[in-house]
Amino acid sequence: MEWITQPWPWYVSGPLLGLMVPLLLYVTNKPFGVSSNFRHVCAIFSPKSISFFQYDWKKEIWNMVLLAGTIAGGCIAHLFLSPSLSLTLEAQQTLLAEGIPYEGDLFPTYLFSWESLLTVRGWIMMVVGGFLVGFGTRYANGCTSGHAIMGLSMLNVNSLIAVIGFFIGGLLMTYLGLPYIL
Amino acid sequence: MKYLKFFIIGMYFGVVLTKAEVLSWYRIHEMFLFQSIHMFGIIGLAVVTGALSIFIIKRWNIKALGGEDINIVKKDYHKGLLPGGIIFGLGWALTGSCPGPMFALLGNGYSVVLVIVLSAIAGTFVYGLVRNTLPH
Repeated sequence: MEWITQPWPWYVSGPLLGLMVPLLLYVTNKPFGVSSNFRHVCAIFSPKSISFFQYDWKKEIWNMVLLAGTIAGGCIAHLFLSPSLSLTLEAQQTLLAEGIPYEGDLFPTYLFSWESLLTVRGWIMMVVGGFLVGFGTRYANGCTSGHAIMGLSMLNVNSLIAVIGFFIGGLLMTYLGLPYIL
Repeated sequence: MKYLKFFIIGMYFGVVLTKAEVLSWYRIHEMFLFQSIHMFGIIGLAVVTGALSIFIIKRWNIKALGGEDINIVKKDYHKGLLPGGIIFGLGWALTGSCPGPMFALLGNGYSVVLVIVLSAIAGTFVYGLVRNTLPH
């Protein structure tokens, strides 16, 4: 069992992540997806005037429970499974050039913290970034779970279009936006 | 109790996202800079695994655990797929986390990710507000 606390190579992690598809389909008969939950939260609190949020969100509670479990899973992994990160030398040199500290942690607290929320950079990366994710995922009708993993697994061309969009946006931000923001 | 199975599968998801390092901003940044195979390999093999599973389910007409037919519904085409996807991607490169990993990060104790989650909910809410003015 020692492997479980060691770093997992991508060729192990990838299939384990993909297993979410048959796990949900076979055990619960539900499709894999995460971002609809943002909509469900809106549906709970939305005024009646916004038709997009008028539906029976109680039928979607299962999806919110799935995410509650995801939080618990992250907690278990953090406490017992020694999560860590080992980047290639090239990636480390890039971070050095960008002035971002890297000490083997998963999460760059230098960029994302309550203190940095008060800086322009932190505000853009968390508030604007989160907003774009929430707006875009609904407009595209899915996120990396529902389109990239579930959708591509169904060989759905529509999901491929969305995933191509994900990468166009990501590359634009990484090469044209982040150099000015970081 | 009927939700317990979802909670357990969610826990599995949270563990895998963490140990796969998929929830790491560093990994997403590195992916968009094409500096490592890590994320591409993970997404690629996840899709292969998912596609094989769906092929097996269809080929042998496997029923769900509850005995009913398994629903496999493809998402329809609409004009928002590409622009919506691009907007999502802009935010993905900034936050370094897509919706699933946000929640796994919260579980890892990074409370500030709550700001990203609330902003994403706000983004979805604004989409609901302006939806009728956007091409679909």
